[in-house]
Amino acid sequence: MTTLTLSRALNEGLRKALEDNPKALIMGEDVGKLGGVFRVTDGLQKDFGEARVIDTPLAESGIIGTAIGLALRGYRPICEIQFDGFVFPAFDQIVSQLAKMRYRSLGTLSLPVVVRIPFGGGIGAVEHHSESPEALFAHTPGLRVIACGGPADAYTMIQQATASDDPVIFFEPKRRYWDKEEVDTDAQLADALPMDKARVLVPGTDVTVLCYGPMVRTCAETAVAATSDGRSIEVVDLRSLAPLDTATIFESVRRTGRCVVVHEAVVTGGIGAEIAAQVTQECFYNLEAPVLRVGAYTTPYPPSRNEEHYLPDLDRILDAVDRTFGY
Amino acid sequence: MTVKDAGRAARSGKRAPAREPERQAVSAELIQLLTPEGERIEHPDYPLEISAGEIRALYRDLVIVRRIDFEAIALQRQGELGIWASLLGQEAAQVGAGRALEPRDMAFPTYREHGVAWCRGLDPAKLLELYRGVSHGGWDPTAHNFHLYTIVIGSQALHATGYAMGIQRDGAVGEGGEAVIAFFGDGATSQGDVNEAFIWASVNNTPVVFFCQNNQWAISEPLERQSRVPLYQRAHGFGFPGCRVDGNDVLACLAVTRKAMQAAREGQGPTLIEAFTYRMGAHTTTDDPTRYRLSAELEAWKLKDPIERVKQYLIRSEQAEMSFFDEVEAEAAEVGTRVRTACLEMPDPSPTSMFDNVFTGETAQLAAERAEFTAYLDSFVGEEAVR
Repeated sequence: MTTLTLSRALNEGLRKALEDNPKALIMGEDVGKLGGVFRVTDGLQKDFGEARVIDTPLAESGIIGTAIGLALRGYRPICEIQFDGFVFPAFDQIVSQLAKMRYRSLGTLSLPVVVRIPFGGGIGAVEHHSESPEALFAHTPGLRVIACGGPADAYTMIQQATASDDPVIFFEPKRRYWDKEEVDTDAQLADALPMDKARVLVPGTDVTVLCYGPMVRTCAETAVAATSDGRSIEVVDLRSLAPLDTATIFESVRRTGRCVVVHEAVVTGGIGAEIAAQVTQECFYNLEAPVLRVGAYTTPYPPSRNEEHYLPDLDRILDAVDRTFGY
Repeated sequence: MTVKDAGRAARSGKRAPAREPERQAVSAELIQLLTPEGERIEHPDYPLEISAGEIRALYRDLVIVRRIDFEAIALQRQGELGIWASLLGQEAAQVGAGRALEPRDMAFPTYREHGVAWCRGLDPAKLLELYRGVSHGGWDPTAHNFHLYTIVIGSQALHATGYAMGIQRDGAVGEGGEAVIAFFGDGATSQGDVNEAFIWASVNNTPVVFFCQNNQWAISEPLERQSRVPLYQRAHGFGFPGCRVDGNDVLACLAVTRKAMQAAREGQGPTLIEAFTYRMGAHTTTDDPTRYRLSAELEAWKLKDPIERVKQYLIRSEQAEMSFFDEVEAEAAEVGTRVRTACLEMPDPSPTSMFDNVFTGETAQLAAERAEFTAYLDSFVGEEAVR
């Protein structure tokens, strides 16, 4: 066991992935000498060389498009998109090519490409640096969309994503990059929870709170705060947004009878909306209250001086939890 | 600048203008080895040693791919294909480029490269699957090193470049090396992906050849809507050579592509080839070119027909008997019939096959959706009136 920041855990996970898969490559803007703007790839080019850790030209479609070509040649590219709001120049290559190539080829072709995207706000950044576009990818058949919440998951999930023969959109909670946690770097990957499974992070009995990425810590803190009100919150870290681990979700909601979904992304058409529909359909007779969503209002991301009002926090989650007891 | 000029410049104390690196040279001419009248001409940079038998083989390719195209258009008109993108007029560009490839090279086509597909050895009936709507492609790209058709304009230029980066990493550049060819049209040169591919290929010196068939029209938009400069000159700004070849001259297309592919295989990096040709038919069978172009233009290009000039050359140089042309026609008709029969016999995909191959394994969600849909279909069994 060793204590690592989330950024460092990803770095160690990537190092392991490069060691385990001779065909694995890292490519992106500033991932080489600089080690990425969040230092996630720090030192990897020095150890694995410029042919495996590639500083690319500054064009996101080019990064994903050439990664697809490399994958067709048998490589396993791990691409870094520098910030969430910069993924859209690559959106066409991701949605029209990366997601569909296996289907188009009747299963002949695999594209084992990982697209790492730091996402979410809370860092006082300028526009396009704080967005949560995960629902756009989860809406696209053919993509696996996952998000890590803490260092331990970051370490294993990036390795699982690299080993996956399907394309994986890998969301990293950028405001949690410097959060620390114990990470077992000696554990076998085969023993780790598969990347498409949710995890009950905090067991509880009164209400299920579903979350992922940067909201995992916020929700865990909310659960602690709620005990003083005598409320037992069960926090489930979804981890996988496409496909959703509905078995774990339904099992929890059937026990608690209440469900709140929390994410930074806009609630309209979001992951929470999808979960609300599915939970309502499958857990209808167990529900004591409608499924509530806590997320961003349906506006573009505001200037950062307003982000504390825009982003879900402990109080807004507690407020939603309270409301589920009002029915 | 000649040696004499350089000497003069040195004596006069004037600085000689910077010389372009040889690989950056921009050719301002149309490279041609066979005129529209069927006259064989030489080009100092593209000497082509080719036997009578090889020219006859190219002629056969040209006639057969035109026949496949003709058959597919007819099948569309008869309701057997949803749509077809005709290659009429572009046979020489595609056969010339296609025959310049080694089996180990990799080709990334658009959706119109039926002639290249033929040269790669793909069963032409396979091409019809996409246009009939029974698959999105459905051939194994590794079987003939011919990637699936790409419909989004220009996307494949990046895939080709990435694949070429893989060749570099495999150490397969140099003697006996491999190279990649990316096909696209004049319209695609406006796409960001094509320009990004040029940048990637240039800075990485990747073994990729960009083969642009400038057929003068991007559906209804003439070349002037895409570019103020000749397309091949774009390469210069990206730092690699570009040239314009007579796209209706199969010998020139063969020679130019061979040279560019060889340079790529040997590690000399990318080349842009602009094959100057003409889309003699509609963009696809849904298009009506009479709305946007003059028939006089088409008539002028008919005089530059890619097949007729080869025939004239073979006749005049007495490299083929008249019986040869009859044999080729007969063989082409046979291929056409085979393609037609295969098309009509193509089974529709089973309804539940739409759930296949979304992911490596089936997710619980897809399994549930498949089961739900199967049960729904089964609910109609015995209710013939409903079906």
